[in-house]
Amino acid sequence: MRFGVLQFPGSCDEVDALDAARRVGDADLLWHGERDLRGADAIVVPGGFSYGDYLRAGAIARFAPVMESVIDFARDGGPVLGICNGFQVLCEARLLPGALLGNVNQRFTFRQVELDVVNPDSTFTRACAGGERLSIPAKHAWGRYYADERTLREIEDAGQVILRYVKGENFNGSLNEIAGVSNERGNVFGLMPPPEHAVDELVGGSADGLKIFESMRMAVEGVHA
Amino acid sequence: MPDSATLPTLEDALALGLTEQEYELVCEKQDGPPNQVELAMYSLLWSEHCAYKHSKRLLRTLPTEGRYVVMGPGENAGAVDVGGGLVCAFKVESHNHPSAVEPFQGAATGVGGILRDIFAIGARPIAVLDSLRFGEPTGARSRYLLDEAVSGIGHYGNSIGVPTVGGEVYFERPYEQNCLVNAMALGLGEREKLVRSAAAGVGNTLLLFGARTGRDGIGGASVLASAELGDADEDKRPTVQVGDPFEEKKLLECSLELLERGLLVALQDLGAAGLTSSAAEMASKGEVGIDLDVGKIPLREPGMVPFEVMVSESQERMLCVVEPANVEAVMALCEKWEVNSAAIGVVTETNRMRVLDGEELVGDMPVRALVDDCPLYDLAPVKPATPIYAPPEARLAQDVSLREVLLALLASPNIASRRPLFEQYDSIVQSRTVRRPEQADAAVLALDRGPHPAGEDRPIPGLAVSIDCNGRRVAADPYRGTIEAVLECASNLACVGAEPLGTTNNLNFGNPERPHVAWQLTESVRGLGDACRALEAPIVGGNVSLYNETSSGPIYPTPVIGMVGSLPDARCAGRLGFARAGDTIALVGPFAPSLAASELAKLRGDGLPDGLPDIDIGAVHAAQFAIRGAVRVGGLSSAHDIAEGGLATALAECCLAGGLGSDVRLPAPGDGDPLADLFGEASGGFLVSGTSNGVSSLGRRTPVHVIGTVNGDSLQVGIGDLTLSVTLAELAQAHGALAELFG
Amino acid sequence: MRARVLIRPKAGILDPQGEAVERALPALGFAGVANVHVGRLVELDIDDPAQLEDMCEKLLANPLVEDYEVQLLDGNG
Repeated sequence: MRFGVLQFPGSCDEVDALDAARRVGDADLLWHGERDLRGADAIVVPGGFSYGDYLRAGAIARFAPVMESVIDFARDGGPVLGICNGFQVLCEARLLPGALLGNVNQRFTFRQVELDVVNPDSTFTRACAGGERLSIPAKHAWGRYYADERTLREIEDAGQVILRYVKGENFNGSLNEIAGVSNERGNVFGLMPPPEHAVDELVGGSADGLKIFESMRMAVEGVHA
Repeated sequence: MPDSATLPTLEDALALGLTEQEYELVCEKQDGPPNQVELAMYSLLWSEHCAYKHSKRLLRTLPTEGRYVVMGPGENAGAVDVGGGLVCAFKVESHNHPSAVEPFQGAATGVGGILRDIFAIGARPIAVLDSLRFGEPTGARSRYLLDEAVSGIGHYGNSIGVPTVGGEVYFERPYEQNCLVNAMALGLGEREKLVRSAAAGVGNTLLLFGARTGRDGIGGASVLASAELGDADEDKRPTVQVGDPFEEKKLLECSLELLERGLLVALQDLGAAGLTSSAAEMASKGEVGIDLDVGKIPLREPGMVPFEVMVSESQERMLCVVEPANVEAVMALCEKWEVNSAAIGVVTETNRMRVLDGEELVGDMPVRALVDDCPLYDLAPVKPATPIYAPPEARLAQDVSLREVLLALLASPNIASRRPLFEQYDSIVQSRTVRRPEQADAAVLALDRGPHPAGEDRPIPGLAVSIDCNGRRVAADPYRGTIEAVLECASNLACVGAEPLGTTNNLNFGNPERPHVAWQLTESVRGLGDACRALEAPIVGGNVSLYNETSSGPIYPTPVIGMVGSLPDARCAGRLGFARAGDTIALVGPFAPSLAASELAKLRGDGLPDGLPDIDIGAVHAAQFAIRGAVRVGGLSSAHDIAEGGLATALAECCLAGGLGSDVRLPAPGDGDPLADLFGEASGGFLVSGTSNGVSSLGRRTPVHVIGTVNGDSLQVGIGDLTLSVTLAELAQAHGALAELFG
Repeated sequence: MRARVLIRPKAGILDPQGEAVERALPALGFAGVANVHVGRLVELDIDDPAQLEDMCEKLLANPLVEDYEVQLLDGNG
């Protein structure tokens, strides 16, 4: 199982994501300027402030050469995980529905949050049980999930809402408490709370985030089996 | 300024902050009056901020050597050995005057500046802490400064991917016109690969990389940092620097890769006084000369004249010395990281700093004169005969119940929970943070990023860091108050199980030419030296910020202390919250509390006392040693240093952090007044919890008084015939008082 | 040719920045203010203004959540 973790100018959590992925399989950093995905079975678009969040978070990173390959990879059904800034990049690239707007409290906020696993069958949550709660830290200023009414109805009906903030935990104002959402096909997934910061009790306070990487491995190895 | 054809006059020199005698000395060093470029450079390098004219002699009395010290004062940052071939580089610096003018950018660029000092020596920044002072938050301006400064620190630290793991903030009237924004950073590097800033190798190339140079902060150092702030601050706005953390992130990665590849002879960051101080200091340390061509520097603004280029404080720039054969490789690496680079000069053997504009020589100064020959001044300290600071406004009546006192203290701005601040900081990026803000008395970081699999039995070495100073107590007694600040840091480290390795300090004081401020500074440095020697925690670097004073008087003398320690196993790092119902609670250490200069005295409107009670440093040190040992072997459930608000406040903090109540019994106070025992302050008091064996084993080295048990959901204290009873919910409500400041 | 692009949050989407400004103005003594929205401005020199719409759709604005308005400025801007 090989993960490819993208690295843009301004990415901050790519090494954290690399370390988390390496607990589950092999992983390489993929430079934004290169188109070669180096045989990755799954792609991780990490957190941080790619291109300084200039213009809009993720607006510039989506056009990086590596993203052209990622878009092809996703169109072919490859699993793509977007974390925090990565989620923003995937929305800007239209690989995921909706957009991330500024937090309603207009501040960067860091808080450990509880998430409900709404859809335990996805590529990214199959290591979780239905109704399970994941404790993952959230840290962002632009995390308010928005989609227009029709899109919201569609993604809810199609089971594309994978994770929701537990009641009272939604500090950014995301519609329908949406914390993580997938595309229609289910192979692309974005979430704001970074799971790579919850893979280790000592520094993460929880190891729940590891389940997301574990799920991806199960999905990929299941395909090859 | 006159154009470069005419020579500046004495009036120009005075306007730039030089004294008449200093100007005459410059003329002597230059064999004649200096031209525009030369005067601008002397005025910056001979400013208080760059030359430490009033403090250098005093700082020479501080202890700077110790068994863990790898790099002491004088380089971009200090460094201590942390084992495994690694060093921890760290330093604290201030950005006070810029923050008073434009607090978001002032605080942000303060963080940017200290981070550059860390990676300039080859260490990767791993943590930031901030130490802030504002006027009372009842004032709109102080609330504005607080809000913007916290946003600025968060903006810069979060964007560059360095966690802000701790800090402190105090609100006192003497800071109202002079806020303080001090930023501390830590980094990790390999001992063998640390780089120094001395330029070397005649014929080597001087190369500038990073952001383009604009008019940011022109005249900043001499205009802002060396003069008291007047009423016309608005027109100082153009001289404030604007930071770009994205640019710095690229600069950081580029610098570290350049060093990793061994491509650099020397590296220096550009901070206050920009290219002037960086180039001059590199030349001075290397005992060489430098020829520098301003025409080669990538500019952001059209039409900049040579002196502007030399004094610009545009951020996110580094200066390096490179062997000619490596210049191409250096520039290629800069291009990969999308960072501008330009070869701008050459190392010479002339021992002169020569500034050229293309072919034209526009400035020519001896390096020694610029850097080493700046006059140093002795202080003329005189202890003030009358109080300098007016008593604070009373906010608490004299005859309230113990309950009301405790709730008022918990809600007071100096004690209330700082959660609304630290939730604006990413404290976990880089996956090293073992203790986040409010989990323990000090921040704790694992040396290794991990993984740290749960089942494995290897110890995980860690670092701990604390930043502290109670300026009001230093004002009451500059000598003892400073000792207390150093002890506070070490006590915080002890509570997580860490041993001090080294100290950094930022001395924030008023105008040193005034005898009472000179006295504060002299006494404070004396206390700093004595405490660091006693604790074997030498000073590895620091910063001085003077002239923090307006017509309404000086700030409280505020020697901010930052201390780094090591612990052998971060898995055992201490916590401050009660952990288990039934645990024994004990008061540990030579705790002799007094209401003098306490937070309660402030709430009641008491003026500052003349002096603080004596401190038995040896006894406090023994208590720290005992606590540290017990935490390291997992012998305690919790450990918390008693600070502002005294024993009862510390007890409330332990209850709140653990979500558990307590049942405590204290002996009747000797003089019948319970206030000193409950709310009095002093060094050397710790509140611990654990099994009764775990707690009593501390008694071999230090006084231990078992005072109660962890249980229930309220804080209960019986003292003599009186009782104090407050539910956790009520404690939490009072403790959350700062939330309303951040709407 | 100098062009200016004004980017505004789409109507109906919560605009907390606009709301914050709307609340702050009366507190400073300015009455009679309503319906405040905060957006973004991009100004550029461009050879072929026909490309502007495409630039807005692709990069300068996020059409899911933002409206944009292009203004062509004369030489005096």
